[in-house]
Formats: sequence, C-alpha cells, structure tokens
Amino acid sequence: MKKINDRERTYLFMTLPILALFFCFNTLPLIKGVIYSFTNFEGYGSYDWVGLRNYTDLFQDARVGRSYLFTVKLAVTSTVVVNVLSLILALGLSSKIKFKSALRGMYFIPNILGALVVGYIFNYFFTYILPAMTKTTSMLASTRWAWVAIVAVCAWQSVAMNTIIYISGIQTVPEEVYEAGSIDGATGWFKFRNLTFPLIMPFFTINMVLCKKNFLMVFDQIMALTKGGPAQSTESISYLIYNNGMAGGQFGFQSANAVVFFVLIVALSVAQTKFGSSKEEQL
Amino acid sequence: MKKAYKAERVSWPVTILLILGLITVIFPLYMALVIALKQPSEMTNSIAGLLSLPKSFSLSNFREAMRVTDFWRSLLNSFLITFMNLVISIALHSVIGYVVGRNRGSSKFYGFVYLYIISGMFVLFAILMMPLVKQTAQMGIANMAGIICCYVVFYMPMNMMLYSGYLVNIPLSLEEAARVDGAGTWKTYWSIIFPIMKPMHATVAVLTALGTWNDVMTPLVIMSGSGMNTLPLAQMTFQTQFGTNYNLAFASYLLALLPILIFYLFCQKQILNGVVNGAVK
Repeated sequence: MKKINDRERTYLFMTLPILALFFCFNTLPLIKGVIYSFTNFEGYGSYDWVGLRNYTDLFQDARVGRSYLFTVKLAVTSTVVVNVLSLILALGLSSKIKFKSALRGMYFIPNILGALVVGYIFNYFFTYILPAMTKTTSMLASTRWAWVAIVAVCAWQSVAMNTIIYISGIQTVPEEVYEAGSIDGATGWFKFRNLTFPLIMPFFTINMVLCKKNFLMVFDQIMALTKGGPAQSTESISYLIYNNGMAGGQFGFQSANAVVFFVLIVALSVAQTKFGSSKEEQL
Repeated sequence: MKKAYKAERVSWPVTILLILGLITVIFPLYMALVIALKQPSEMTNSIAGLLSLPKSFSLSNFREAMRVTDFWRSLLNSFLITFMNLVISIALHSVIGYVVGRNRGSSKFYGFVYLYIISGMFVLFAILMMPLVKQTAQMGIANMAGIICCYVVFYMPMNMMLYSGYLVNIPLSLEEAARVDGAGTWKTYWSIIFPIMKPMHATVAVLTALGTWNDVMTPLVIMSGSGMNTLPLAQMTFQTQFGTNYNLAFASYLLALLPILIFYLFCQKQILNGVVNGAVK
C-alpha cells in the first residue's frame, strides 16, 4: 500500500508544477483578457467598468465588421485554392515519377521558411516585378486586388504542408482498391471522386483544421505585405487586435473583440469535429 | 489528374510538369538571391535588369546586412529561445504526457488535467496577447525568459497529446519490471520510459522548433521596446533602415532564411516525418 502512495506522490510532484506553469501563462491571461473586455482600459493608467458596452460597440463598429469580412473572405478563398492545388500536387507526387523524393523535398521548402520574411520577399515581387511584367500598378496598392496578393502568399506556403499530408493519405489507400476499381472500369476523375477521395477523407479533415488555424489567424503576411492597407481593406482580425489593442489605446475594446473571435473559433472547431467525423469513410 | 493514375511505368509527362511547377517555389528565392548579390546601381526598372545575374560576384551586401541588423546577436537570440524551449518542452511535456497518459483511465483528477490542458489548444494567442504583455512586464520577464515560458505553455496541449498517445504503444510490464528491481517512479521514468519515447521526441522537436524559430508575434509583443531581436523580428525592426536599398534588405532576408534552409538540407527526412506524424496523430 505504501508503495502505491509513494508513486502517487511522485506523480503529483511531477504534475503540479507543470499545471501551475500552464495556469500562469494560459488560464490566467485568458481570465484577465475576459475581465479587460468589460473595461475601458487603454493599456495604461486607470480604467473603469463599462459592462457590456464594448460588446455592443463591437457589433456596430464598421472597421471591426470589415476585418471579419476580410478574414473570412481570405480564409475561404485560401482554403479552396490551397486544397485544390495540394490535391493535384499530391496526386502527381504520388504517381510513378522520376526524382520522387527530391521533388517532394523541394516542394516542401516554402513551409519551413518564416512567413514574415517570405512576405517581405513577395512584397517586392508584387510592388516591382509583377507590375513591370504586366505593365500595371502594384496589386498591393489597390483596395480591390491587395487581398488576392495575400491569398497568393498564404497559398504559396500552405500548399507545401497540405500536399505532404495528402501524400501520406494517398499512401494509406491500398493498391487492391485501385485494382478492384479498374476491373469495374473506374478511371480518371471517376476513380478519384469515388475511390481515392472518400478514402483520404480523414486527411482532408486534418487539412481543413490546419487551414482554419493558418488563415483565420493570419498575421505575419499582413504585417509584411500591406500592414492592413490600403485604406484598411486588408486588416485581418489578429492584425486589428494587435494594432489597435497594443498601440491604439483600445486595450479593453480589442479584448472584447478577441473574446468574440475566440468563441467563434471554438464554435467552428466543434462544428468541424462533428462534421468531419460524420463524413469519414472506413475501409 | 488522369495522367497521375495511368502510371505503370515512370510517367515522364507528370515528372516534367512537376519540375516545371518547381519554378513557383524557386523563383522567389532566385529573385531574392540575385537582388541580394547586386549593387543598387545595377538595379534598373526593366524585368531583365531586375532579374538578371549580377555582373560581379560580391558578398558585400551580406556583410553590410550583418552589421546593420546585428545578425549574430539576433541569430544567437533565436537560437537560444528555440533551444531552451525545445529542452524544457521535451522534458516537461513528456513527463506530463506520461503521468496523464498512465493515469487518465483510472483517476478522475488526471482525466480532468488532460481535458484542462487540451482545452488550451483552442485558446487564441489574440486573446492572451495583451494580458501576457502586462503580465510578463509585471513579473520582470518581458525578455527571452518570458518568451520561453509562453512557448512552453503554448506547445503543451499538442505535445502532451502526442506523448500520451505514443505511450499506448509502451507496455506497462516494462515499468513493472523496473519497479520490481527497486527503481522508484522518478528513476523508472527517466531511465526506461524517457529513452523509449525517442521517436516521439523527434516529432515533438521538429514541430516545436519550426514553430518557435519562425514565430514573430510572441517576441514582437513581449520583447517590444527591449531592443532585443529574434532573426525574423530583426527584419521588421530594420525595415526603416533598409529604406529603398532593396539589395541590402534582400541580403538580410536571405541571411534570416539561411539557418533553417541548412537545417532542412541535413534533416529533411526527420522534418517531413515529424510534420506528418504531428499532424496526423
């Protein structure tokens, strides 16, 4: 009996400091964030309780509304673009080709590079190279096209990651499935639509989770490409919270924004889990 | 897509298409390299002028960029943050993964601890950001130590899940044998379990290191005003100093990308495995 108690004590001794650390840097700031969201705190000095005013203001604030629209537009477009491109790429990289591992290695490079520096490199590309090629003005200076440039940069990096995941998905599909399929005359698009895709559905779900995480919280790319401009047309939610919360004296108001954003993300994650698990095909 | 399937033999059309597709990956890096090697006087407004190879090969931009951005200092900071975070994360996260993984089924308390830490995965940095800035300043760790603490906590949910998932493969009898030999729980863990989890350490190390090395937002908010930089952060801090001298800026960007590229060159297989394992599990 004593032995067991010793063991349990050791377990507790291992767990409690780690839990304390986790509480201190995750739960505590989360609670503080929620508390700040009910105040008019500017980031310094004294502040007062304002009740739910930040939240009611939030829903009437045009700039906040625009940032949500922009972020959703960016996330949806990027997710579609990235998944289509990476599926095609993964199918190509999984077929019988020369230099297979070298090609896979090369295609993964964008993913390991820091998003901010990649953003700066593309900033130059969109400001100087592309206008010189097409004899137009810079996409980044246009309220209509700046978001497309951001999608392109996000996609450039994310395709690499999603491709690798689809490749590992395609590897899980046994050869016999295709053999059986080819007897029934399944080829090309039909084969992909009815055999490959249903079987790699779990990997599609993983990619959706990754896309959600990458694109809804987009920050580095905005910072490097447009800084929210032109005319605040490319402010993502994260960027707005950072910019106005940290430097703009809206600490309390942007905390409320962050809380709303957080609730939305949790709701989306729950919905995604439900939807994802109901659609998966078992072999 | 049809072509991708018909491949009984080596499919050259697909191979060639894929090699052509690589242009999209290589072009931005090529552009960065040629611009970094040129002098401002060689830059013209035409495409050919911008993208042609430099007339003479000179590393002077790189030397200048290193001086302007205090490259070695930023590199050292980035390296220290990543390294310390890795060491602490692997030590703490494997312990919590082990304890929770072994006791989750039998104890309500550890079941709760598991769910509590996992729920941290959903907490956005956006909501933690502003309170963390205040908190680290109050605690006097608005520096690298504070950043490392944040990272250790941010990566805890995912890493704990990976470790406790991996633990299922390790038979309990191993620990019991050690216990019969008189080893305590603490000793059993470090001498038996920790070494056995080596494949998972590799996965955790890759995911944590890539995320930490490239992260901008955490050091940006926590170290702002301290005059300290990480490698990516330095690129932002010195934007104004680069001005319109893009040759200098690109030399600096390439220097910032170089360490991770070299690392990837040598550990490509481990990185790809780690990334896939982490995502799929």
